[in-house]
Amino acid sequence: MPQITYVQPSGVRRSIPVAPGATVMLTAVANDIAGIVAECGGAAMCATCHVYVDEKCLSLLPPVSEVENEMLDSAASGRRENSRLACQIAMPAGVEEIVVHIPATQN
Amino acid sequence: MTVPHPHEKSSIEAPISDFDPYADETLSNPYPQYEALRELGPVVYLRRYGAYAIARHEEIDAVLRDHTTFCSSAGVGLANFHTEEPWRKPSLILEADPPMHGRTRKVVAGLLAPASINKLRPTFEQEAELLVDRILEKGSFDAVPDLCAAYPLKVFGDAVGVPPEGREHLLPYGDMVFNGFGPFNERFKTRLAAAQKSIAWIGEVCKRENLTPDGFGAQLYKASDDGELAPDEAPMLVRTLLSAGLDTTAFTLCNAILSFARHPDQWALVHANPSIARQALEEVLRYESTFHSFYRTTTREVELGGVLLPMEQKLCVFIGSANRDPRRWESPDTFDVARRTAGNLAFGTGIHGCAGQMLARLEGEIVLKALAKRVKTIHLEGTPVHHYNNSVRGYDSLPVSVTAA
Repeated sequence: MPQITYVQPSGVRRSIPVAPGATVMLTAVANDIAGIVAECGGAAMCATCHVYVDEKCLSLLPPVSEVENEMLDSAASGRRENSRLACQIAMPAGVEEIVVHIPATQN
Repeated sequence: MTVPHPHEKSSIEAPISDFDPYADETLSNPYPQYEALRELGPVVYLRRYGAYAIARHEEIDAVLRDHTTFCSSAGVGLANFHTEEPWRKPSLILEADPPMHGRTRKVVAGLLAPASINKLRPTFEQEAELLVDRILEKGSFDAVPDLCAAYPLKVFGDAVGVPPEGREHLLPYGDMVFNGFGPFNERFKTRLAAAQKSIAWIGEVCKRENLTPDGFGAQLYKASDDGELAPDEAPMLVRTLLSAGLDTTAFTLCNAILSFARHPDQWALVHANPSIARQALEEVLRYESTFHSFYRTTTREVELGGVLLPMEQKLCVFIGSANRDPRRWESPDTFDVARRTAGNLAFGTGIHGCAGQMLARLEGEIVLKALAKRVKTIHLEGTPVHHYNNSVRGYDSLPVSVTAA
Protein backbone atom coordinates (compact mmCIF):
# COMPACT_ATOMS: atom_id res chain seq x y z
CA MET A 1 0.00 0.00 0.00
CA PRO A 2 1.27 3.54 -0.72
CA GLN A 3 2.56 5.42 2.31
CA ILE A 4 3.43 8.86 3.62
CA THR A 5 6.57 9.03 5.72
CA TYR A 6 6.94 11.84 8.24
CA VAL A 7 10.44 12.71 9.45
CA GLN A 8 10.63 14.70 12.69
CA PRO A 9 13.41 17.30 13.22
CA SER A 10 14.94 14.72 15.61
CA GLY A 11 15.20 12.25 12.73
CA VAL A 12 12.43 9.97 14.02
CA ARG A 13 10.48 8.55 11.07
CA ARG A 14 6.93 7.25 10.93
CA SER A 15 5.18 5.81 7.87
CA ILE A 16 1.41 5.78 7.48
CA PRO A 17 -0.26 3.63 4.80
CA VAL A 18 -2.74 5.70 2.77
CA ALA A 19 -5.07 5.47 -0.19
CA PRO A 20 -4.45 7.70 -3.23
CA GLY A 21 -6.00 11.14 -2.69
CA ALA A 22 -5.23 11.28 1.06
CA THR A 23 -3.72 14.62 2.02
CA VAL A 24 -0.43 14.81 3.88
CA MET A 25 -2.03 17.17 6.44
CA LEU A 26 -5.23 15.22 7.21
CA THR A 27 -3.27 11.96 7.44
CA ALA A 28 -0.91 13.56 9.95
CA VAL A 29 -3.76 14.94 12.08
CA ALA A 30 -5.67 11.64 12.01
CA ASN A 31 -2.55 9.76 13.08
CA ASP A 32 -1.37 12.21 15.71
CA ILE A 33 1.87 13.16 13.96
CA ALA A 34 3.54 15.93 15.97
CA GLY A 35 4.54 19.18 14.28
CA ILE A 36 1.69 19.45 11.76
CA VAL A 37 -0.45 22.08 13.53
CA ALA A 38 -2.90 22.86 10.70
CA GLU A 39 -4.71 25.65 12.52
CA CYS A 40 -6.90 26.61 9.57
CA GLY A 41 -7.92 23.01 8.92
CA GLY A 42 -6.76 22.87 5.32
CA ALA A 43 -7.85 26.16 3.79
CA ALA A 44 -4.29 27.32 2.90
CA MET A 45 -4.60 30.23 5.28
CA CYS A 46 -2.25 29.62 8.17
CA ALA A 47 1.00 28.02 6.93
CA THR A 48 1.15 25.86 10.08
CA CYS A 49 1.27 22.58 8.14
CA HIS A 50 4.47 23.59 6.37
CA VAL A 51 6.73 20.66 5.39
CA TYR A 52 9.95 20.15 3.45
CA VAL A 53 9.33 17.52 0.80
CA ASP A 54 12.14 15.03 0.34
CA GLU A 55 14.02 16.00 -2.84
CA LYS A 56 13.42 12.66 -4.53
CA CYS A 57 9.64 13.00 -4.14
CA LEU A 58 9.31 16.61 -5.29
CA SER A 59 8.73 15.82 -8.96
CA LEU A 60 5.94 13.37 -8.06
CA LEU A 61 3.73 16.15 -6.72
CA PRO A 62 1.48 18.58 -8.58
CA PRO A 63 2.91 22.12 -8.80
CA VAL A 64 2.46 24.80 -6.12
CA SER A 65 -0.68 26.89 -6.72
CA GLU A 66 -0.70 30.67 -6.54
CA VAL A 67 -2.50 30.64 -3.17
CA GLU A 68 -0.07 28.11 -1.69
CA ASN A 69 2.89 30.02 -3.11
CA GLU A 70 1.84 33.21 -1.33
CA MET A 71 1.04 31.45 1.93
CA LEU A 72 4.42 29.70 2.02
CA ASP A 73 5.99 33.12 2.58
CA SER A 74 4.24 33.09 5.97
CA ALA A 75 5.85 29.83 7.13
CA ALA A 76 7.48 30.24 10.55
CA SER A 77 10.48 28.06 9.65
CA GLY A 78 12.28 29.42 6.62
CA ARG A 79 10.91 28.69 3.18
CA ARG A 80 13.09 26.53 0.94
CA GLU A 81 12.89 25.23 -2.63
CA ASN A 82 11.18 22.07 -1.34
CA SER A 83 8.68 23.84 0.96
CA ARG A 84 5.01 22.83 0.61
CA LEU A 85 1.84 23.11 2.64
CA ALA A 86 0.83 19.60 3.73
CA CYS A 87 -2.86 20.47 3.31
CA GLN A 88 -2.30 21.10 -0.40
CA ILE A 89 -0.55 17.79 -1.14
CA ALA A 90 -2.74 14.81 -1.96
CA MET A 91 -1.17 11.37 -2.48
CA PRO A 92 -0.97 11.03 -6.29
CA ALA A 93 -2.22 7.80 -7.86
CA GLY A 94 0.58 5.38 -8.72
CA VAL A 95 3.09 6.85 -6.23
CA GLU A 96 4.45 4.42 -3.63
CA GLU A 97 5.84 6.82 -1.06
CA ILE A 98 6.03 10.51 -0.20
CA VAL A 99 8.61 11.55 2.39
CA VAL A 100 8.16 14.88 4.17
CA HIS A 101 10.41 16.53 6.75
CA ILE A 102 8.68 18.43 9.54
CA PRO A 103 10.22 21.83 10.37
CA ALA A 104 11.43 22.83 13.82
CA THR A 105 8.53 25.24 14.44
CA GLN A 106 5.15 26.16 12.92
CA ASN A 107 4.21 29.26 14.93
CA MET B 1 -40.39 10.53 12.64
CA THR B 2 -39.44 10.60 8.99
CA VAL B 3 -42.22 12.27 7.05
CA PRO B 4 -42.04 13.21 3.38
CA HIS B 5 -42.41 16.92 2.78
CA PRO B 6 -43.96 18.58 -0.26
CA HIS B 7 -40.67 19.72 -1.89
CA GLU B 8 -39.01 16.35 -1.69
CA LYS B 9 -38.34 14.76 -5.06
CA SER B 10 -36.22 11.91 -3.79
CA SER B 11 -37.33 8.57 -2.43
CA ILE B 12 -34.91 9.18 0.45
CA GLU B 13 -36.48 11.84 2.60
CA ALA B 14 -34.91 14.29 5.00
CA PRO B 15 -36.45 14.02 8.46
CA ILE B 16 -38.52 17.10 9.25
CA SER B 17 -37.67 19.10 12.34
CA ASP B 18 -39.48 21.86 14.22
CA PHE B 19 -36.14 23.12 15.54
CA ASP B 20 -35.88 26.91 15.72
CA PRO B 21 -32.19 27.90 15.73
CA TYR B 22 -33.10 31.55 16.36
CA ALA B 23 -35.39 31.27 19.40
CA ASP B 24 -33.99 32.90 22.56
CA GLU B 25 -34.11 29.59 24.44
CA THR B 26 -32.10 27.89 21.68
CA LEU B 27 -29.50 30.63 21.56
CA SER B 28 -29.06 30.50 25.34
CA ASN B 29 -27.98 26.86 25.14
CA PRO B 30 -28.13 25.31 21.67
CA TYR B 31 -26.13 22.16 22.42
CA PRO B 32 -28.93 19.75 23.48
CA GLN B 33 -30.89 20.71 20.39
CA TYR B 34 -27.82 20.31 18.18
CA GLU B 35 -27.46 16.81 19.54
CA ALA B 36 -31.08 16.02 18.67
CA LEU B 37 -30.56 17.45 15.19
CA ARG B 38 -27.42 15.35 14.61
CA GLU B 39 -29.24 12.23 15.81
CA LEU B 40 -32.18 12.87 13.49
CA GLY B 41 -30.02 12.30 10.41
CA PRO B 42 -27.16 13.64 8.30
CA VAL B 43 -29.54 16.12 6.60
CA VAL B 44 -32.78 17.43 8.09
CA TYR B 45 -35.46 19.82 6.89
CA LEU B 46 -36.27 22.83 9.09
CA ARG B 47 -40.01 23.16 8.63
CA ARG B 48 -40.26 26.62 10.19
CA TYR B 49 -37.75 28.11 7.75
CA GLY B 50 -38.23 25.97 4.63
CA ALA B 51 -34.53 25.15 4.56
CA TYR B 52 -32.40 22.05 4.82
CA ALA B 53 -29.84 21.82 7.60
CA ILE B 54 -26.70 19.87 8.45
CA ALA B 55 -25.26 19.55 11.95
CA ARG B 56 -22.68 16.75 11.72
CA HIS B 57 -18.96 17.42 11.19
CA GLU B 58 -18.56 15.15 8.15
CA GLU B 59 -21.29 16.71 5.98
CA ILE B 60 -20.41 20.24 7.07
CA ASP B 61 -16.74 19.80 6.22
CA ALA B 62 -17.67 18.35 2.81
CA VAL B 63 -20.20 21.10 2.02
CA LEU B 64 -17.83 23.93 2.97
CA ARG B 65 -15.11 22.48 0.73
CA ASP B 66 -17.49 22.16 -2.25
CA HIS B 67 -18.18 25.80 -3.10
CA THR B 68 -19.23 24.86 -6.64
CA THR B 69 -22.24 22.84 -5.52
CA PHE B 70 -22.95 24.80 -2.34
CA CYS B 71 -22.50 28.42 -3.34
CA SER B 72 -22.34 31.68 -1.37
CA SER B 73 -23.47 34.15 -4.04
CA ALA B 74 -27.13 33.51 -3.18
CA GLY B 75 -26.40 34.97 0.27
CA VAL B 76 -25.16 33.48 3.53
CA GLY B 77 -28.45 34.23 5.32
CA LEU B 78 -31.79 32.48 4.83
CA ALA B 79 -32.90 34.68 1.92
CA ASN B 80 -31.99 33.43 -1.56
CA PHE B 81 -30.49 36.37 -3.47
CA HIS B 82 -31.10 34.51 -6.73
CA THR B 83 -34.84 34.86 -6.16
CA GLU B 84 -35.21 37.64 -3.54
CA GLU B 85 -33.96 41.22 -3.32
CA PRO B 86 -30.86 41.37 -1.04
CA TRP B 87 -31.20 43.54 2.09
CA ARG B 88 -27.93 45.21 1.16
CA LYS B 89 -25.41 44.98 -1.66
CA PRO B 90 -23.91 41.46 -1.30
CA SER B 91 -20.41 41.27 0.17
CA LEU B 92 -17.64 41.24 -2.47
CA ILE B 93 -15.89 38.35 -0.78
CA LEU B 94 -18.30 36.56 1.56
CA GLU B 95 -21.19 36.44 -0.88
CA ALA B 96 -19.25 35.98 -4.10
CA ASP B 97 -18.37 32.83 -6.04
CA PRO B 98 -15.27 32.16 -8.15
CA PRO B 99 -13.88 33.70 -10.28
CA MET B 100 -14.98 37.07 -8.78
CA HIS B 101 -14.28 35.82 -5.28
CA GLY B 102 -10.65 34.88 -5.96
CA ARG B 103 -9.58 38.38 -6.94
CA THR B 104 -10.80 40.12 -3.78
CA ARG B 105 -9.93 37.18 -1.60
CA LYS B 106 -6.32 37.33 -2.79
CA VAL B 107 -5.96 40.96 -1.74
CA VAL B 108 -7.59 40.47 1.67
CA ALA B 109 -5.76 37.18 2.34
CA GLY B 110 -2.42 38.84 1.58
CA LEU B 111 -3.22 41.66 3.97
CA LEU B 112 -4.14 39.24 6.77
CA ALA B 113 -1.56 36.48 6.14
CA PRO B 114 0.61 35.50 9.12
CA ALA B 115 3.73 37.09 7.58
CA SER B 116 1.92 40.46 7.33
CA ILE B 117 0.20 40.46 10.70
CA ASN B 118 3.13 39.18 12.77
CA LYS B 119 4.51 42.72 12.58
CA LEU B 120 1.61 43.73 14.82
CA ARG B 121 2.59 41.32 17.60
CA PRO B 122 4.77 43.70 19.70
CA THR B 123 2.07 46.42 19.71
CA PHE B 124 -0.67 43.90 20.46
CA GLU B 125 1.38 42.48 23.35
CA GLN B 126 2.00 45.90 24.80
CA GLU B 127 -1.73 46.72 24.71
CA ALA B 128 -2.57 43.39 26.35
CA GLU B 129 -0.19 44.16 29.22
CA LEU B 130 -1.84 47.55 29.75
CA LEU B 131 -5.23 45.87 29.76
CA VAL B 132 -4.14 43.31 32.36
CA ASP B 133 -2.71 46.16 34.49
CA ARG B 134 -6.14 47.81 34.45
CA ILE B 135 -8.20 44.74 35.30
CA LEU B 136 -5.85 43.67 38.09
CA GLU B 137 -6.15 47.13 39.56
CA LYS B 138 -9.94 46.83 39.47
CA GLY B 139 -10.09 43.29 40.80
CA SER B 140 -13.85 43.04 40.10
CA PHE B 141 -15.20 44.22 36.77
CA ASP B 142 -17.48 43.50 33.84
CA ALA B 143 -15.34 41.50 31.45
CA VAL B 144 -17.39 42.46 28.37
CA PRO B 145 -16.73 46.22 28.20
CA ASP B 146 -13.53 46.23 30.28
CA LEU B 147 -11.70 43.39 28.57
CA CYS B 148 -13.36 41.49 25.75
CA ALA B 149 -14.63 44.49 23.78
CA ALA B 150 -11.95 46.95 24.94
CA TYR B 151 -9.07 44.96 23.48
CA PRO B 152 -10.21 44.54 19.85
CA LEU B 153 -11.71 48.06 19.83
CA LYS B 154 -8.22 49.34 20.55
CA VAL B 155 -5.90 47.01 18.63
CA PHE B 156 -8.14 46.06 15.70
CA GLY B 157 -9.38 49.63 15.32
CA ASP B 158 -5.76 50.83 15.22
CA ALA B 159 -4.73 48.05 12.82
CA VAL B 160 -7.45 48.96 10.32
CA GLY B 161 -6.70 52.63 10.90
CA VAL B 162 -10.06 54.11 11.90
CA PRO B 163 -10.28 57.21 14.15
CA PRO B 164 -10.37 56.53 17.92
CA GLU B 165 -13.54 58.59 18.40
CA GLY B 166 -16.77 56.73 17.70
CA ARG B 167 -15.39 53.21 17.63
CA GLU B 168 -18.26 52.08 19.86
CA HIS B 169 -20.29 52.13 16.61
CA LEU B 170 -18.38 49.07 15.44
CA LEU B 171 -20.20 46.78 17.90
CA PRO B 172 -23.83 47.45 16.85
CA TYR B 173 -22.67 47.47 13.24
CA GLY B 174 -21.13 44.01 13.48
CA ASP B 175 -24.13 42.82 15.50
CA MET B 176 -26.45 43.91 12.72
CA VAL B 177 -24.32 42.24 10.02
CA PHE B 178 -24.17 38.93 11.89
CA ASN B 179 -27.92 38.90 12.48
CA GLY B 180 -28.09 38.92 8.68
CA PHE B 181 -26.63 35.41 8.55
CA GLY B 182 -30.04 34.10 9.62
CA PRO B 183 -33.65 34.92 8.66
CA PHE B 184 -34.99 38.44 8.26
CA ASN B 185 -36.69 38.09 11.66
CA GLU B 186 -37.77 40.65 14.28
CA ARG B 187 -34.34 40.52 15.91
CA PHE B 188 -32.60 41.41 12.65
CA LYS B 189 -35.13 44.14 11.80
CA THR B 190 -34.72 45.74 15.23
CA ARG B 191 -30.92 45.69 15.09
CA LEU B 192 -30.92 46.98 11.52
CA ALA B 193 -33.08 49.92 12.60
CA ALA B 194 -30.92 50.53 15.68
CA ALA B 195 -27.69 50.49 13.65
CA GLN B 196 -28.53 53.38 11.32
CA LYS B 197 -26.20 55.87 13.07
CA SER B 198 -23.47 53.27 13.15
CA ILE B 199 -23.92 52.55 9.44
CA ALA B 200 -23.45 56.26 8.74
CA TRP B 201 -20.31 56.39 10.93
CA ILE B 202 -18.83 53.32 9.21
CA GLY B 203 -19.53 54.87 5.80
CA GLU B 204 -17.51 57.94 6.81
CA VAL B 205 -14.51 56.15 8.34
CA CYS B 206 -14.17 53.85 5.32
CA LYS B 207 -13.25 56.88 3.20
CA ARG B 208 -9.58 57.14 2.38
CA GLU B 209 -9.08 60.55 3.98
CA ASN B 210 -10.35 59.29 7.33
CA LEU B 211 -7.99 56.32 7.55
CA THR B 212 -4.45 56.30 8.97
CA PRO B 213 -1.78 56.09 6.25
CA ASP B 214 -0.41 52.66 7.18
CA GLY B 215 -3.37 50.52 8.34
CA PHE B 216 -5.23 47.73 6.58
CA GLY B 217 -7.71 50.29 5.28
CA ALA B 218 -5.01 52.35 3.56
CA GLN B 219 -3.49 49.15 2.17
CA LEU B 220 -6.81 48.26 0.52
CA TYR B 221 -6.86 51.67 -1.17
CA LYS B 222 -3.26 51.06 -2.25
CA ALA B 223 -4.36 47.75 -3.81
CA SER B 224 -6.99 49.65 -5.74
CA ASP B 225 -4.34 52.20 -6.89
CA ASP B 226 -2.30 49.24 -8.12
CA GLY B 227 -5.25 47.92 -10.12
CA GLU B 228 -5.82 44.85 -7.93
CA LEU B 229 -9.25 46.17 -6.92
CA ALA B 230 -11.75 48.46 -8.64
CA PRO B 231 -11.89 51.96 -7.07
CA ASP B 232 -15.31 51.44 -5.48
CA GLU B 233 -14.25 48.11 -3.98
CA ALA B 234 -11.67 49.48 -1.53
CA PRO B 235 -14.19 51.22 0.79
CA MET B 236 -16.50 48.19 0.59
CA LEU B 237 -13.71 45.89 1.71
CA VAL B 238 -12.72 48.25 4.54
CA ARG B 239 -16.37 47.94 5.63
CA THR B 240 -16.11 44.16 5.38
CA LEU B 241 -13.04 44.12 7.63
CA LEU B 242 -14.73 46.35 10.18
CA SER B 243 -17.91 44.29 10.27
CA ALA B 244 -16.16 40.92 10.42
CA GLY B 245 -13.35 41.57 12.85
CA LEU B 246 -14.75 43.28 15.91
CA ASP B 247 -17.78 41.56 17.47
CA THR B 248 -16.38 38.15 16.61
CA THR B 249 -13.12 38.73 18.45
CA ALA B 250 -14.89 40.38 21.40
CA PHE B 251 -17.28 37.40 21.64
CA THR B 252 -14.43 34.89 21.34
CA LEU B 253 -12.79 36.57 24.33
CA CYS B 254 -16.15 36.48 26.20
CA ASN B 255 -16.46 32.76 25.52
CA ALA B 256 -12.88 32.25 26.70
CA ILE B 257 -13.37 34.15 29.96
CA LEU B 258 -16.63 32.35 30.73
CA SER B 259 -15.24 28.92 29.83
CA PHE B 260 -12.24 29.44 32.10
CA ALA B 261 -14.34 30.91 34.93
CA ARG B 262 -16.50 27.77 34.77
CA HIS B 263 -13.54 25.40 34.47
CA PRO B 264 -10.92 26.61 36.98
CA ASP B 265 -8.91 23.39 36.54
CA GLN B 266 -8.40 24.30 32.86
CA TRP B 267 -7.37 27.85 33.74
CA ALA B 268 -4.88 26.40 36.23
CA LEU B 269 -3.27 24.50 33.34
CA VAL B 270 -2.95 27.64 31.21
CA HIS B 271 -1.73 29.69 34.18
CA ALA B 272 0.92 27.06 34.92
CA ASN B 273 2.04 27.02 31.30
CA PRO B 274 1.17 30.24 29.41
CA SER B 275 2.85 28.90 26.27
CA ILE B 276 -0.26 26.75 25.66
CA ALA B 277 -2.43 29.89 25.34
CA ARG B 278 -2.80 29.57 21.59
CA GLN B 279 -3.84 25.94 21.82
CA ALA B 280 -6.22 26.80 24.68
CA LEU B 281 -7.86 29.50 22.57
CA GLU B 282 -8.42 26.92 19.85
CA GLU B 283 -10.25 24.68 22.34
CA VAL B 284 -12.42 27.66 23.37
CA LEU B 285 -13.30 28.09 19.68
CA ARG B 286 -14.22 24.43 19.40
CA TYR B 287 -16.10 24.18 22.70
CA GLU B 288 -17.92 27.53 22.54
CA SER B 289 -17.72 28.50 18.89
CA THR B 290 -18.22 32.19 18.23
CA PHE B 291 -19.94 31.61 14.92
CA HIS B 292 -22.75 29.06 14.99
CA SER B 293 -24.55 28.94 11.69
CA PHE B 294 -24.95 30.39 8.20
CA TYR B 295 -26.29 29.23 4.83
CA ARG B 296 -25.15 27.85 1.52
CA THR B 297 -27.36 27.41 -1.58
CA THR B 298 -27.39 24.39 -3.89
CA THR B 299 -26.42 25.19 -7.48
CA ARG B 300 -27.75 21.85 -8.78
CA GLU B 301 -29.62 18.78 -7.64
CA VAL B 302 -27.21 16.97 -5.34
CA GLU B 303 -27.19 13.99 -3.01
CA LEU B 304 -25.95 14.75 0.48
CA GLY B 305 -25.92 12.20 3.29
CA GLY B 306 -28.28 10.01 1.25
CA VAL B 307 -30.81 12.81 0.73
CA LEU B 308 -31.43 14.27 -2.71
CA LEU B 309 -31.47 18.06 -2.45
CA PRO B 310 -33.11 19.99 -5.30
CA MET B 311 -31.36 22.95 -6.96
CA GLU B 312 -31.63 26.44 -5.38
CA GLN B 313 -32.25 25.13 -1.87
CA LYS B 314 -30.97 26.96 1.17
CA LEU B 315 -28.90 24.74 3.46
CA CYS B 316 -28.20 25.84 7.03
CA VAL B 317 -24.71 24.85 8.20
CA PHE B 318 -24.31 24.49 11.98
CA ILE B 319 -20.56 24.77 12.55
CA GLY B 320 -21.18 25.22 16.29
CA SER B 321 -22.66 21.72 16.23
CA ALA B 322 -19.89 20.18 14.07
CA ASN B 323 -17.46 21.18 16.80
CA ARG B 324 -19.50 19.13 19.33
CA ASP B 325 -20.16 16.10 17.12
CA PRO B 326 -19.18 12.90 18.97
CA ARG B 327 -18.59 11.25 15.58
CA ARG B 328 -15.58 13.55 15.25
CA TRP B 329 -14.55 14.44 18.83
CA GLU B 330 -13.95 12.31 21.89
CA SER B 331 -16.05 13.62 24.83
CA PRO B 332 -17.08 16.65 22.77
CA ASP B 333 -18.86 18.35 25.68
CA THR B 334 -15.69 18.34 27.78
CA PHE B 335 -13.64 21.54 27.78
CA ASP B 336 -10.08 20.25 27.54
CA VAL B 337 -7.25 22.63 26.66
CA ALA B 338 -4.88 19.70 26.10
CA ARG B 339 -7.03 18.33 23.27
CA ARG B 340 -5.85 18.25 19.65
CA THR B 341 -8.30 20.64 18.04
CA ALA B 342 -7.13 20.53 14.41
CA GLY B 343 -10.15 20.10 12.17
CA ASN B 344 -12.49 22.26 14.24
CA LEU B 345 -14.70 24.36 11.98
CA ALA B 346 -14.99 27.49 14.11
CA PHE B 347 -13.68 29.65 11.24
CA GLY B 348 -15.34 27.54 8.54
CA THR B 349 -13.14 26.00 5.88
CA GLY B 350 -12.65 25.98 2.11
CA ILE B 351 -12.38 29.13 0.01
CA HIS B 352 -14.74 31.05 2.30
CA GLY B 353 -12.89 30.12 5.49
CA CYS B 354 -12.55 33.25 7.66
CA ALA B 355 -9.91 35.46 6.03
CA GLY B 356 -9.14 37.12 9.36
CA GLN B 357 -8.72 33.93 11.34
CA MET B 358 -4.98 34.35 11.90
CA LEU B 359 -5.51 37.89 13.16
CA ALA B 360 -8.26 36.64 15.50
CA ARG B 361 -5.91 33.92 16.77
CA LEU B 362 -3.12 36.46 17.26
CA GLU B 363 -5.36 38.73 19.35
CA GLY B 364 -6.84 35.87 21.36
CA GLU B 365 -3.52 34.19 22.01
CA ILE B 366 -1.89 37.42 23.15
CA VAL B 367 -4.72 38.29 25.55
CA LEU B 368 -4.90 34.78 27.01
CA LYS B 369 -1.12 34.61 27.40
CA ALA B 370 -0.95 38.01 29.13
CA LEU B 371 -3.75 36.90 31.49
CA ALA B 372 -2.16 33.48 32.05
CA LYS B 373 1.10 35.03 33.22
CA ARG B 374 -0.45 37.39 35.75
CA VAL B 375 -3.94 36.16 36.69
CA LYS B 376 -4.17 33.20 39.03
CA THR B 377 -7.94 32.80 39.21
CA ILE B 378 -11.02 34.04 37.36
CA HIS B 379 -14.31 33.93 39.33
CA LEU B 380 -17.79 34.53 38.01
CA GLU B 381 -19.40 37.12 40.32
CA GLY B 382 -22.91 37.21 38.85
CA THR B 383 -25.12 35.77 36.14
CA PRO B 384 -23.72 36.29 32.63
CA VAL B 385 -26.07 38.26 30.36
CA HIS B 386 -26.35 36.51 27.02
CA HIS B 387 -26.17 38.49 23.81
CA TYR B 388 -28.83 37.24 21.41
CA ASN B 389 -27.76 37.21 17.79
CA ASN B 390 -28.89 35.05 14.85
CA SER B 391 -25.43 33.65 14.13
CA VAL B 392 -22.82 34.60 16.72
CA ARG B 393 -22.57 33.62 20.37
CA GLY B 394 -21.42 36.04 23.04
CA TYR B 395 -22.39 38.11 26.08
CA ASP B 396 -23.50 41.61 27.00
CA SER B 397 -22.21 41.35 30.55
CA LEU B 398 -19.84 39.02 32.43
CA PRO B 399 -19.31 40.12 36.02
CA VAL B 400 -16.03 38.57 37.19
CA SER B 401 -13.26 39.01 39.69
CA VAL B 402 -9.61 38.08 39.24
CA THR B 403 -6.75 37.43 41.63
CA ALA B 404 -3.17 38.33 40.79
CA ALA B 405 -0.54 35.58 40.52
